[in-house]
Amino acid sequence: MAEAMTPMVEARAVRKSFGPLEVLKGIDLDVAVDQVVCLIGPSGSGKSTFLRCINHLEKIDGGALTVGGELVGYRRQGQRLYELRDPEVCARRAGIGMVFQHFNLFPNLSALGNVTIGPVRVKKEPKEVVRARAVALLERVGLADKIDAYPNQLSGGQKQRVAIARALAMQPRLMLFDEPTSALDPELVGEVLEVMRGLAAEGMTMLVVTHELTFAREVADRVVFMDQGAIVEAGAPQEVLTDPREPRTRAFLARLL
Amino acid sequence: MGPSESDQLTASGEVSGVDPAALEVVPVRHPGRWVASVAVLVLLAMLVHSLFFSTTVRSGRRQPRFEWHVIDHYFFSSEVLKGLVVTIELTVIAMAGGIVLGVVLAVMRLSPNPLVSGSSWLYIWFFRGTPVLVQLLFWYYIGYSFPHISIGVPFGPAFFHLDLNSILTPFVAASFGLALNEGAYMSEIVRAGILSVDEGQSEAAQSLGMSRLMTLRLVVLPQAMRVIIPPTGNETISMLKTSSLASVVTLGELLFQVQTIYSANYHTIPLLIVASLWYLVVTSVLMVGQYFLERRYARGTTRAAPHNAGYWLRLVVRPRQSDAPFTGGPPHG
Repeated sequence: MAEAMTPMVEARAVRKSFGPLEVLKGIDLDVAVDQVVCLIGPSGSGKSTFLRCINHLEKIDGGALTVGGELVGYRRQGQRLYELRDPEVCARRAGIGMVFQHFNLFPNLSALGNVTIGPVRVKKEPKEVVRARAVALLERVGLADKIDAYPNQLSGGQKQRVAIARALAMQPRLMLFDEPTSALDPELVGEVLEVMRGLAAEGMTMLVVTHELTFAREVADRVVFMDQGAIVEAGAPQEVLTDPREPRTRAFLARLL
Repeated sequence: MGPSESDQLTASGEVSGVDPAALEVVPVRHPGRWVASVAVLVLLAMLVHSLFFSTTVRSGRRQPRFEWHVIDHYFFSSEVLKGLVVTIELTVIAMAGGIVLGVVLAVMRLSPNPLVSGSSWLYIWFFRGTPVLVQLLFWYYIGYSFPHISIGVPFGPAFFHLDLNSILTPFVAASFGLALNEGAYMSEIVRAGILSVDEGQSEAAQSLGMSRLMTLRLVVLPQAMRVIIPPTGNETISMLKTSSLASVVTLGELLFQVQTIYSANYHTIPLLIVASLWYLVVTSVLMVGQYFLERRYARGTTRAAPHNAGYWLRLVVRPRQSDAPFTGGPPHG
């Protein structure tokens, strides 16, 4: 069972405020290696902020957050946490892939350029090796014929699949998805979820912020419902999505259906 | 009074008793355009006449008004060409210095450290707030206040000395003055460019593990170029002409050279025309260069992609056999 596995992400009492507004009020969450965890909840519940904390795009204000056993953004010596310098933060981020709601592809680079820039520039891998891997990744997300296309020549679904390939090219051990289908036209959602399903089946550890309940039910090992900066309910998808204990979860699900 | 025939047509919503295919469309007339065209043509004719065919009486003799033979004589003279080369060198050096300084100042200005961003602000405040002519004179005469500069420990011993009066030739002073001034203006242009790039781009770059500097160099600046280039082209063209101010520090650039010539032979206006024509020539070359640079950095954007060179060539050398009406859209291919 998942509980016995080694943890990839461990969050303990994670807190985060934007000015006077506390957006994370002590989050406790474990994601085991090979697990897929879906974060659901109304907008403003803090689920995207929590995801961004995991690769240190946002700094946490309290609690402890580790990825692969390493503290995110800090180094511990005795009772003290030392904030990491930019190169160390970058090195840890390189092992975590992230997919954004609005794709954030580099518009001045082709699909291939988007996928290769990370490994070539950050990991200093040889260009030919990266190119071969990037072509294989683009084929895998079904874009073999779009290798030389620029982002503005692609549909939203195609862009998001390039973005997934770009993150995978860094050979991450953890993938973060921040509402990957929320900016897509309804008919393009399926092709992106299909790629994510494939990734989950191959055993990628994934943390997915999503509103796609069907996807969560099929793919997730665990579903976590957040509201107002706190985890309200977490458990297997059947429990949380089909038979929720908390009234707030029930109200949220009722609104979505 | 009943409605007219045409009103009936639309009011009733039907074309009663008229064959719609036989209806003729009459475009609206523009008599004002004809009047304006005639007025412009008359003014143009007067200009051409004044420039090339009219004469005037100077010291009792009738002479051509604009002395084109004098212009022709000096246009390719070695003094003028020497001045032109200095003008171009000065423009290139001042712009290169200004751009580098501008990028540094813009990045400093966006720094979270208030001392760093504050000093950038102070620099821009000072160099934009004083006339560039005053700055040029200041750098030319700075040797009066700082005859020597030495490099060493601040307030401590020096490692070596430089004699500023011998280093600060007119060219060095002018390059320095113009570059430092330009840096202030360029920094605002670069800053606008950096701010125009969506924050998601930096986040995506960081999520790939790029450092802050790498993000700036590989992701932000290349995209900012699209916003930076047009005003920078503007600045370069402006700099070409601002460089003429260097004549006040006795630098032998284009304006200084023609001034030297006309102070000896009094052909003031023809020689100023020589200088103006050269400025126009270089400006035109710069505009062509800017056009190609813009195209280079328009990659990946549909909106800003200008026409290719072939499009403009076809506009000039329109193929004769084509009888298709010009629809205004850019041809593809």
